[in-house]
Amino acid sequence: MSHILRIENLHVAVDGKAILRGVNLEMKFGETHAMMGPNGSGKSTLGLAIAGHPNYVITEGTITLDGEDITEWEADQRARAGIFMAFQRPVAIPGVKTADFLRHAATNVRRPDRKEGEDLIPMREFRKELKAKMSQLKIDTEFARRYVNDGFSGGEMKRAEILTMAMLSPKFSILDETDSGLDADAVKLASASIAEIGRDKMGLLIITHHDKLLEHNPPQFTHVMLGGRIVETGGAELARELHDHGYDRIRKTYPDAEAANQEMLAKEEAVAV
Amino acid sequence: MSTDIASSESIGEINKYDFRTESKAFFKARKGVDAEIVNQISEMKNEPEWMRNYRLKALEIFNSKPMPNWGGAIDINFQDIYYYLKPTDKQGKTWDEVPQEIKDTFDKLGIPEAEKKFLSGVKAQFESEVVYGSLKQDLADQGVIFTDTDSAIRDYPDLVREYFGTIIPSTDNKFAALNSAVWSGGSFIYVPKGVKIEFPLQAYFRINAENMGQFERTLIIVDEGASVHYVEGCTAPMYSSESLHSAVVEIVCKRGSRCRYTTIQNWANNIYNLVTKRAVAYADATMEWVDGNLGSKLTMKYPAVYMLEPGARGEILSIAFASKGQHQDAGAKLVHCAPNTTGQIISKSISKCGGRSSYRGLVKVEKGAKKSKCNVVCDALILDSKSRSDTYPYIEILEQDVSVGHEASVSRIGEEQMFYLMSRGLSNAEASTMIVNGFIEPLVKELPMEYAVEMNRLIQLQMEGSVG
Repeated sequence: MSHILRIENLHVAVDGKAILRGVNLEMKFGETHAMMGPNGSGKSTLGLAIAGHPNYVITEGTITLDGEDITEWEADQRARAGIFMAFQRPVAIPGVKTADFLRHAATNVRRPDRKEGEDLIPMREFRKELKAKMSQLKIDTEFARRYVNDGFSGGEMKRAEILTMAMLSPKFSILDETDSGLDADAVKLASASIAEIGRDKMGLLIITHHDKLLEHNPPQFTHVMLGGRIVETGGAELARELHDHGYDRIRKTYPDAEAANQEMLAKEEAVAV
Repeated sequence: MSTDIASSESIGEINKYDFRTESKAFFKARKGVDAEIVNQISEMKNEPEWMRNYRLKALEIFNSKPMPNWGGAIDINFQDIYYYLKPTDKQGKTWDEVPQEIKDTFDKLGIPEAEKKFLSGVKAQFESEVVYGSLKQDLADQGVIFTDTDSAIRDYPDLVREYFGTIIPSTDNKFAALNSAVWSGGSFIYVPKGVKIEFPLQAYFRINAENMGQFERTLIIVDEGASVHYVEGCTAPMYSSESLHSAVVEIVCKRGSRCRYTTIQNWANNIYNLVTKRAVAYADATMEWVDGNLGSKLTMKYPAVYMLEPGARGEILSIAFASKGQHQDAGAKLVHCAPNTTGQIISKSISKCGGRSSYRGLVKVEKGAKKSKCNVVCDALILDSKSRSDTYPYIEILEQDVSVGHEASVSRIGEEQMFYLMSRGLSNAEASTMIVNGFIEPLVKELPMEYAVEMNRLIQLQMEGSVG
């Protein structure tokens, strides 16, 4: 299988504020990319723009999947085309059981032409598959009956996101700080789970601050984002360097991008106040 | 048991309730309401004198009472309505005895099928009269009575007369008075001491004619230690002019008994649904109203429980869904008249496409009702900026030693929830339907499986085309 996700000169604004200022990135199916960078540099924004969040407005540039321009597509179209994002803090949907939600989602993603109201994946078949995936990821089966992300601990949320990824088997997955808020053991488990589900079976874009999540997922490419641009790309060794020594070298080497980053952070704080 | 949202997939038929039956009435009174019409109804029914007098007195009360000056806007020309339409000359004991076109109507509504699968008994009312009735033989053998109220007056006069109009007198409100004057049909249920009916008894009310008024009268008596679950469904086709549905439902729960009354109201959006429902609960009895209001132009309905003796419980679960041109003014009343009584109201309302839903509820604790507990939770979900939700909680507490709680919340469907579900491949419409179904799930899971599926399906119909 060969699939390509290509991001060209992507500019994204949120509430009229420019965040991404010309991002270029090409990912092939089966590759693992790490996306690193200091707070506020635009990593999550890139993920959300690829996933199609309506508040992340693409003002310039394109996103193409296998040559098809998906820049204007709604989030559900992108999901059906094989784009997935595991969120940092997924919202709760009270009253909706995780299994029901996943059955609906999996049906739509596997049968993108399904019309609303047409049959879902047969219950028995779906349950069997869900159960197998849950046991593979060491998730208690009781989980399926709980309401989507409702009252989940940080660890449970992240595992639910990985489970969703497993059920939807996308072409490209963006994992947004799947290690945040987890203790060391939980990060290890998440890292191993991502490898088991995703490695070689999709393109992975792992957004992270640390290299722990990369333990089982050594990246072929490490990108560093600063001030809304990718300023440097290297291999696995770059991820290690940034983890060990921080972003000082990057900040000094790319003063323009650093200035943009500080400016964005300042605006963010102003909004927060 | 709970229902599986993902399995409610039969939205192929757009609105299976909106069809008209070509049916020739056996007898149709002229339009309007006056003493002549009331006398005619009473004569057609061959009623005893006391009932005729009761009706005529109620007519006077109706004429003397002003329209309610609260709730929704009621624009009814009372003289432009048919008050009595008898569709057939006799009631069927089997579906084969029901005129073909009426039988077809109930077939389309799935009643005979449901009857075979999971009901203890059925009453089907078409316009003014019950056209079909059944009750499982073993229940009849145990002394259970499930009949239409007209037959009950004839067959069980003493029992009916003892309770009829005692819970809701004709002086209660203008529409209760109107019902008392022109009532026809409805269910009469008596459950003898200690008899527990496992499967629901169901009544189905169908208005078919234009400008029709349906005024069924239901009386349920649950004797000591007995239990029953009664379910009613209501539909009508859509016409250009309004129809009126104004029922009176009285329930008596004797010591230690239990009654659950479930309504799934899906009237066409041109029907005024102005209904008075009230139950009294004696010592340690439990009365539960489960009230789902999806259809109608205006619904004003506040099922009530009067807890008359210690240990009585009253629970009201209410779901209201108001879409374009609809106003659901729904709620509940709990009156604690004795010590150690427990009440609960859970109300969930949804408004979309300019619809308006209001919760209007009364909690009253009488002096001396010590150690009573009452809790009210109202949640409203508003789907767009054109729609509206209001809460009118009335609380009157005349006793110190009680615990009463009230919580209310209003929320809008969140952008983040929508994005989350859409990023998993759900369309805009599927995502909002799922959020709404999740919102009412705490109530839907209280319904028997079949009704829960129906409820989710109705929500799905209501949601169609609502977004984007």
